[in-house]
Amino acid sequence: MYEFDWSSIPGALPLLGKGLLVTLEVTLTAIVVGIVWGTLLAVARLGANPLLAGLAAGYVNLFRSVPLVMVILWFYLIVPQLLKAVFGEGIADIRLTSALVAFALFEAAYYSEIIRAGIQSVPRGQVAAGLALGFTPAQTMRLIVLPQAFRNMVPLLLTQAIILFQDTSLVYVIGLSDFFGTAYKVGDRDGRLVELLLFAGAVYFAICFAASQVVRRLQSRGVQ
Amino acid sequence: MGYHWNWSVFLQPTAAGDGSYLGWLLTGLQWTVSLSLAAWLIALASGTLVGVLRTVPNRWLAGLATAWVELFRNIPLLVQLFIWYFVLPELLPQRLGDAYKQSDPLVQQFLAAMVCLGLFTSARVAEQVRAGIGSLPPGQKNAGLALGLTLPQTYRHVMLPMAFRLILPPLTSEFLNIFKNSAVATTIGLIELSRQAQQLVDYTAQPYEAFIAVTLLYVLINLTVMILMRRLEHRVRVPGFVGGGQ
Repeated sequence: MYEFDWSSIPGALPLLGKGLLVTLEVTLTAIVVGIVWGTLLAVARLGANPLLAGLAAGYVNLFRSVPLVMVILWFYLIVPQLLKAVFGEGIADIRLTSALVAFALFEAAYYSEIIRAGIQSVPRGQVAAGLALGFTPAQTMRLIVLPQAFRNMVPLLLTQAIILFQDTSLVYVIGLSDFFGTAYKVGDRDGRLVELLLFAGAVYFAICFAASQVVRRLQSRGVQ
Repeated sequence: MGYHWNWSVFLQPTAAGDGSYLGWLLTGLQWTVSLSLAAWLIALASGTLVGVLRTVPNRWLAGLATAWVELFRNIPLLVQLFIWYFVLPELLPQRLGDAYKQSDPLVQQFLAAMVCLGLFTSARVAEQVRAGIGSLPPGQKNAGLALGLTLPQTYRHVMLPMAFRLILPPLTSEFLNIFKNSAVATTIGLIELSRQAQQLVDYTAQPYEAFIAVTLLYVLINLTVMILMRRLEHRVRVPGFVGGGQ
């Protein structure tokens, strides 16, 4: 039978904490940029300009049909070239930058679908009322439709954030030391991969389960 | 940027001497498709069972099913895969674990990825099945029971056939997800599409061609599945329900 030895975990906690910070940094950047960029995409898709609508639809469909692993690898390949073109040589570690860009642009596609559905759930009369009051279409969208849409979407946006938090572990493919990457490296170093992997799984479970319970309470409060 | 495009690279013989690089891509495609389909069968079977159990009038069974869903939904896919691949063989009884570790690495990778993806997706399928059963009018179940069917028979002949027809669209998106999620198997070395893309980069130094080809293959898989499923959805629509025919 396998004999567990958890002794390498306490000493590794500071390292694991640093890894968790990287995980949170990628998650939060992707949420913020993803929602802003996703809103623009959703508005473009529903807008009157067929060229913009087509481009936005193409962007969303492309990102949604490719695995996240491939997107991370793509940006790990492209971002260095871009950075070199902009800043010249001398950028040491581009893994974090490329991961941030990859997750932000990838998540925007998923967020934009949620936001589009949210906008479409606002009754048509609201738009008509806004226009009748003399708002321009852009003002109607910004001041009347979007605030109502976002209130309806909060639970879905948060659920997507939990999925995103889990998905950031995939930065493993470019060797970035997020929480999971650190756990793996520590386990590999100490020959205690079994314990470290189980520990990582338990931590992710605790965080995501707690967060999903909060979302559930928000949801039932929203319905009333 | 001075990149030297060379699309004929796919026709060149590989450095390993096993056919052309195009052949590598096709092998990758084969593994991606067979892994996804095998995992989908596991997901559909166990997901249906768990989804049904969540709706049965028995607290213990329903609780167990809820725990299953929460467990597989709240741990990242990559962590689950590593647990199946690295941890589980260590926890098996010695003889079984050794036999597993001495088997062909490709078999080990495929088995771990298949079980992992299957059970990961089963939690999502279970949620859809539960929602489908929940959306049926209660009269359906009562009618089945009133006709003298037992509860399991009512599920099998009345509720599940209806529920599946209603939840086909969300199941389609789970089916699409399983193909995309199969790319994580690259992390344990299974030679599916994403791994072949990285291998091609290493061997040919033509990263853009390799990545574009693999990305297009994923888009192609996506389109194929969508077209096939749309046909199926059209055929089994339930008249009178939202999204159903007349």
